[in-house]
Amino acid sequence: MVFDGRFYANKPELAARRIEAIGYQVGHQLSERYTMERPRFSDHLEAIKFICKDFWSEVFKKQIDNLKTNHRGTFVLQDNKFRWLSRVSIDPSSENETEDPSTPGESKAAQAVSMYLYFPCGIIRGVLSNLGIPCAVSADISSLPTCSFVIRVKA
Amino acid sequence: MAPVGPRSGDAIFSSIDRVNAELFTLTYGAIVRQLLTDLEEVEEVNKQLDQMGYNIGIRLIDEFLAKSGVSRCVDFKETAEMIAKVGFKMFLGVTASVTSWDADGTCCSIILEDNPLVDFVELPDTCQGLYYCNILSGVIRGALEMVSMKTEVTWTRDVLRGDDAYELQVKLLKQVAEEYPYKDDE
Repeated sequence: MVFDGRFYANKPELAARRIEAIGYQVGHQLSERYTMERPRFSDHLEAIKFICKDFWSEVFKKQIDNLKTNHRGTFVLQDNKFRWLSRVSIDPSSENETEDPSTPGESKAAQAVSMYLYFPCGIIRGVLSNLGIPCAVSADISSLPTCSFVIRVKA
Repeated sequence: MAPVGPRSGDAIFSSIDRVNAELFTLTYGAIVRQLLTDLEEVEEVNKQLDQMGYNIGIRLIDEFLAKSGVSRCVDFKETAEMIAKVGFKMFLGVTASVTSWDADGTCCSIILEDNPLVDFVELPDTCQGLYYCNILSGVIRGALEMVSMKTEVTWTRDVLRGDDAYELQVKLLKQVAEEYPYKDDE
């Protein structure tokens, strides 16, 4: 196998899967460390609250700022100043050549930022699956450095 | 506030934000695992880790210079001391010592007293030949290249391979004269 020096550099979807998998592994291992001393979680909400409070504090030195749920298996965790994006800025010159900020559609830069979020999404999925909650996790960055993680528990 | 003059590794280490150590160690471990899965060849993994380290090193040097207040080193001896005493302390929280200088002062060994990358790590037999911490040698090579020193960094001892210490041999290949991007008369 020959790699042109840069692994998956031009295959973002493959890279994304790898990064998510690395995050999953890390979340899985961290969850064991941080839940050793506690009783079993009674329900999904308890487990999610653990991520928002204790887990987030250990890893990011702050808690999640806002938790929303529809009580049907979807949870939205909002971090108003997500640490791993605190040094990221989107270069306005690389934005699409539209002056209208309300234009939908992602710029290249926003796509690059979304690559950074596969890792924390993987971490969250790793923690929850280790707690017996299979789920899908995605992230949303509509306004940096605020970042929302959307957890959908698989029925 | 810019620091005035060089600061000790300890002082910098205690004054900057630090990442959760378990997160750091486990993330590195997960990256190595993923590379082993993807590349299958231990030699390829060594190469990739070195390349990743190099890419980190060429960026890390900026932070090192900005936060340490270190100015140009007079010789390679001082450079090696800086890496061991300030660099390793600042970024990994460990101290290292410099030994085994050759006669003309272009080759030495850096010995790590402690290595946070390898907490919780055991190498299975399938990983014979893996230099688990190869990212570190890449970091040093990349960082020094940014301050005009071409070096070759190799592991001479590795606890994970049954040695009694972590030892990196740093060899100065050549000093590259700086090229300024502008002409004198402009």
